[in-house]
Amino acid sequence: MSGLSTTPSAVPFPHLRLWLLAVPVLLLLAYLVLMDNGAVSQTGTLLHELMHDGRHLLGVPCH
Amino acid sequence: MVRTLVVRGLLLGLLAGLIAGGFAFAVGEPQVDAAIALEEAAAPAPAAADGHGHSHGAEAEVGRPVQKAGLFLATGLYGLAVGGVFALVFAGLRGRVEPRSDGCLALAAAGTAFVAVILVPFLKYPANPPAVGDPATINSRTALYVVMVLVGLAAVAIAVATARHVHAGAWPRWVAVAAAFLVPVVAAWLLLPTVDEVPDGFPATLLWEFRLASLGTQFVFWTVFGALFGWACDRAARSAAAPMSAAAPS
Repeated sequence: MSGLSTTPSAVPFPHLRLWLLAVPVLLLLAYLVLMDNGAVSQTGTLLHELMHDGRHLLGVPCH
Repeated sequence: MVRTLVVRGLLLGLLAGLIAGGFAFAVGEPQVDAAIALEEAAAPAPAAADGHGHSHGAEAEVGRPVQKAGLFLATGLYGLAVGGVFALVFAGLRGRVEPRSDGCLALAAAGTAFVAVILVPFLKYPANPPAVGDPATINSRTALYVVMVLVGLAAVAIAVATARHVHAGAWPRWVAVAAAFLVPVVAAWLLLPTVDEVPDGFPATLLWEFRLASLGTQFVFWTVFGALFGWACDRAARSAAAPMSAAAPS
């Protein structure tokens, strides 16, 4: 048996449902890092400027 | 089970984000610095009094050394967020789709995510260095970028649905899958407005090198993350299947 041949069983969807609540929180975090221009974070341009180099080099529009 | 996957996704996403940040720091920061130097030579420090102005010089709200440290903060938090979402998608996919092994599924899902969420938007709205892009259009450009991300995800969903429902020979099936992916992507590429805000005289070499560094940063993130996540899942599955050998000192 090679290292890439383990076969897991499916996680039942009801077990996943509660965890899906984490998705909006994680997407909000990604939004604040990648796309906030002050409207959501209410920090003016501070957050934008702090994430500036990351935004450019992760490829999202910056300014 | 899901909790283990989510924790794994968050931590390995953070780690892969920091590694991608190291790549961006080494390969991309010289281009960022060069672009800022050009920007300031062209228009010496416009006042940011209206709150929408933007400057990178000594009088900027956040100085360059802090912005370079912020690079790692940004890529790390990006990895954390993306890793968590990836883990939940992975939890929903495993045992339901091919490939069946965790390691192969993690690599296939990370590669697919890179194409859908990074490569498709990049081909329409490529990354731009400082000095390229009008601050007044940032909201519309961000919205267009998000639309291309959604197009990439939708195209992958259509391609996967096609793969599951078309039962033909291998070649017709893969042609159908490729067409199901490419048709929405090409249609969006043709229909959405073009953004070209590169200033006259901006060095083409610098633009190309910056864009390559930016795409490379995302490529490093997704390959490192996919490999780490798959490796960790396979390792956990192996030690669960063979507790005796896992307990033995290595």
